[in-house]
Amino acid sequence: MSLLIRNARLVDARGERGVADVLVADGRIASLAGGEAERSIEAGGRLLLPAFLDLHAHLRTPGEEQKESLETGLRAAAAGGFAAVVMMPNTRPPLDAPEAVRGVLRRARAAGGARALAAAALTKGQEGRALAELRLLAEAGAVLFTDDGRTNEDAGVLADGLRYAAALGRPVAVHAEDAGLRGEGVVHECPLTEALGLPGNPAEAESARIARDLEVLRMTEGHLHLQHLSTKSGVRLVAEAKRRGRRVSAEATPHHLTLTVDALKTLDPLYKVAPPLREAADREALIEALAEGVVDVVATDHAPHTAAEKAADFLRAPFGIPSLEVAFPLLFTELVEKRGVPLGRLVEAMARAPRRLLGLEGGVLEEGAPADLVLVDPRERRAVDPAGFFSKAKYSPWAGWELLGWPVLTLVGGEVVHARLG
Amino acid sequence: MRHLLDFSGWDRARVAALFKTARAMKEVLSRPIKTVPTLKGRTVATVFFEPSTRTKTSFELAAKRLSADVVSFSGSSSSLKKGESIRDTLLTLAAYGVDAFVIRADAAGVPHQAARWLDAAVINAGDGRRAHPTQALLDAFTLEEALGDLEGRKIAIVGDILHSRVARSNAELLGLLGAEVWLAGPPPLLPRRPFFGARLTARLEEALKDADAVMALRIQKERLSGGRLPSEEDYRDGYQITEDRLALAKPGAPLLHPGPLNRDVEIEGTLADGPRSLVLRQVENGQAVRMAVLYHLLARRAA
Repeated sequence: MSLLIRNARLVDARGERGVADVLVADGRIASLAGGEAERSIEAGGRLLLPAFLDLHAHLRTPGEEQKESLETGLRAAAAGGFAAVVMMPNTRPPLDAPEAVRGVLRRARAAGGARALAAAALTKGQEGRALAELRLLAEAGAVLFTDDGRTNEDAGVLADGLRYAAALGRPVAVHAEDAGLRGEGVVHECPLTEALGLPGNPAEAESARIARDLEVLRMTEGHLHLQHLSTKSGVRLVAEAKRRGRRVSAEATPHHLTLTVDALKTLDPLYKVAPPLREAADREALIEALAEGVVDVVATDHAPHTAAEKAADFLRAPFGIPSLEVAFPLLFTELVEKRGVPLGRLVEAMARAPRRLLGLEGGVLEEGAPADLVLVDPRERRAVDPAGFFSKAKYSPWAGWELLGWPVLTLVGGEVVHARLG
Repeated sequence: MRHLLDFSGWDRARVAALFKTARAMKEVLSRPIKTVPTLKGRTVATVFFEPSTRTKTSFELAAKRLSADVVSFSGSSSSLKKGESIRDTLLTLAAYGVDAFVIRADAAGVPHQAARWLDAAVINAGDGRRAHPTQALLDAFTLEEALGDLEGRKIAIVGDILHSRVARSNAELLGLLGAEVWLAGPPPLLPRRPFFGARLTARLEEALKDADAVMALRIQKERLSGGRLPSEEDYRDGYQITEDRLALAKPGAPLLHPGPLNRDVEIEGTLADGPRSLVLRQVENGQAVRMAVLYHLLARRAA
């Protein structure tokens, strides 16, 4: 089917591309200069962007479908303007076997919504001791390897994993945190949380582990991807490694880019997340790093849990914040509108950089590119209402925040997966 | 005052008003018949998700002295994990028509969560490492009895500062009352950052020097061996309050301990029973202070 999107303001990683009529046919952008189509949509000057790819989402399948299912998670992603999400492998059981990866990808194809990509475990059972069957996992469709949720305590295993993954053309993503320094910490360690009596997780737990992992990376030809960077000192280490030409990339989450440890004053486990919300200076460093490209990618770390689990006490409530449905409007409003981060830079970090990192085409608006597109409304101001989420996690730290930039139409390979056009 | 969760929003006038009531309650407790009808018809629930005998007994007795009905619930958070949540438990009890919940939990913030879920008054009887406001109130009340005004007084608190809600609440309240609070303990049991303006030191002598009062904290036995400290002997060697060490403080400076005491660990045994020890006075005052808290929260609240 062909589709014409009329009067759209095009923005991609290169910035504003002007107003155009975009013709979509056979799953690709056929023309940026209009043309005949079976269907047409009036964009009315709204922004047309390459749809996003989330490198880091927990869709909880298999095993924890009470928190999220492929159907709800991929539908939520589509509503958030994502054409694809990389599903983390810390499921039950973990995705450490080729047949498990094939199985979840097969089920996801039938689920609708955004496209699902699979990350596989780096080590068997994500235990950090013995490498998983990386070659077979890659053949089954795994696009990256990670023991996310767990920390890779054995540096020797990580070094082997980086070398093996490099031979397969896949990055290794790490949750960089020293488990010993973290201890039983559940919040960022700072004077505020000491007063609150919540066990602290110091910034150095992240930076010390990043420093180690960057040294391990030097021993290999691999590509190290640092998940959910949260500290100023971590940003500094990544910037320096990049100056030295190391093959390292980093992501930042919507919550670390918009919230700080001050939110913990409420003692509400809604804000309990790993790594924890840090201080204002850390948030500033992350925003600057995103603007400058030291942080390559915005990834959600969408981590849904049931409402009952999040209503447990602070020590027992699980870590995680869901954000697939608010990530773009949140960052568009808080970073682009309020802080002057160029929109092209945000589109780069959400659409092109994550695709490049996985060796995928797309993320740009040009003839012949895949028609993964999102139309967002930069003027309609709407409050975040978790009750309306497609995700099973109907709560949000941003509930009630008035945001601009809500996606009104999402296309995956030219097919409409989300439409909220008035 | 709707709840007693911690001391945020408190000022000296509120402390003074509460202590005035506590003195009146103390007078009641000195009578042959120690019960007054003040809270007749009111219901107080003690809900302890973490074991405690002292605090629970003190609260229940305080409520009974005021003629309130008392119901109690005990259960560990870990047993709750399997089925009923803390929220379910509290809402179930609330359905019985409870006016005040006295809550103890091993996680910081549970009383705050309860205050969001319940219409009744919530009294924090200790939440994780965070706060134990009635303990701090009874400590400050006892210190004022012994020393008078606490403005400018140096108070040394010694022991496992990192894990202690008593240290946090005392630092907050004593700081509010103008005292200079020093927190001393072995480095692994000290937070890396100070709280509530208190001074942190691993050098016990520095904290004790010219102190107006010394408070030793209970140290959990499991932390003394194989945990974050090498051994009990190592702790005693560096941080036990002994006659010699107490001599660094001002002459006659009183010694406090929130209990229960590990004899000959935190404090040299003879000192604990000596004339400078206010340990039993603290227990006695605890009951009066808790009666005052219940009175302030419930007697003025519409039935």
